[in-house]
Amino acid sequence: MQVPILKQGAYLIATVQSALTDEDLKQLRDTLVERVSVVRARGVIVDVTALDVIDSFATRTLRDVAHMIRLRGAETVIVGIQPEVAFSMVKLGLTLEGVATSLDLEEGLAYLDRKGKGPGHEVRTHR
Amino acid sequence: MKFALIADEVRVSIDSDSDIVAARQKGRELAAQCGFPSTDLAVVATAISELARNIVRYAVRGEIILRLIDDNGRRGVEVVATDDGPGIPDVTLAMQDGYSTSGSLGLGLPGVRRLMDEFEISSDFGKGTTVTARKWKR
Repeated sequence: MQVPILKQGAYLIATVQSALTDEDLKQLRDTLVERVSVVRARGVIVDVTALDVIDSFATRTLRDVAHMIRLRGAETVIVGIQPEVAFSMVKLGLTLEGVATSLDLEEGLAYLDRKGKGPGHEVRTHR
Repeated sequence: MKFALIADEVRVSIDSDSDIVAARQKGRELAAQCGFPSTDLAVVATAISELARNIVRYAVRGEIILRLIDDNGRRGVEVVATDDGPGIPDVTLAMQDGYSTSGSLGLGLPGVRRLMDEFEISSDFGKGTTVTARKWKR
């Protein structure tokens, strides 16, 4: 099952639409790592709302995606982890440490927008 | 058999990574039939995924047997993962978090034990491994 990847502005958005095999996950990882430089993306969103299971292999692959893309100079955010999936992941001992996550696509885009501003461009708020 | 069977058991032969997905989907369906809450459906499906992957990774092929069981009115799902692969040389070590001989995260077996209510493992070095795990409906 191929995961469609859309380009929106400076971001790539991969929307998982059904259960993925280990092979599908590896292909998604490799495609994202390659595409991020081809389209000069600054951020990547992986939307996993449709996944009913994120097991140890899926977690490791998502973590690898985020770390590889960071090495390529862009940011990754995983969005849409369902509550029961989060529960199972934690019970299993999986935490996605060092990987940004957001509630949904909207929050993910907002996260990347904030990240993109970077130091020096930050809007100062006066208290 | 230890428990009464509520429905016919479902057997899924495992020898490729697409069988891992098939097994966990069958398990989820079965647990849904039994009326498990959605959190436990994800828990059972995740446990099956880990057990099926162990078969593909270490034994190449094997079988996942799924049963709806009844223990004096208490209902549950029993997952049996069985293979005639190389077996586990040191089961105690394999049950430790972070121990892996394959470069994985090493959370599979101890993780399954945490996810499910009951967990049994028997492994004969050179002959194969059978893991039985149960989740009871609360």
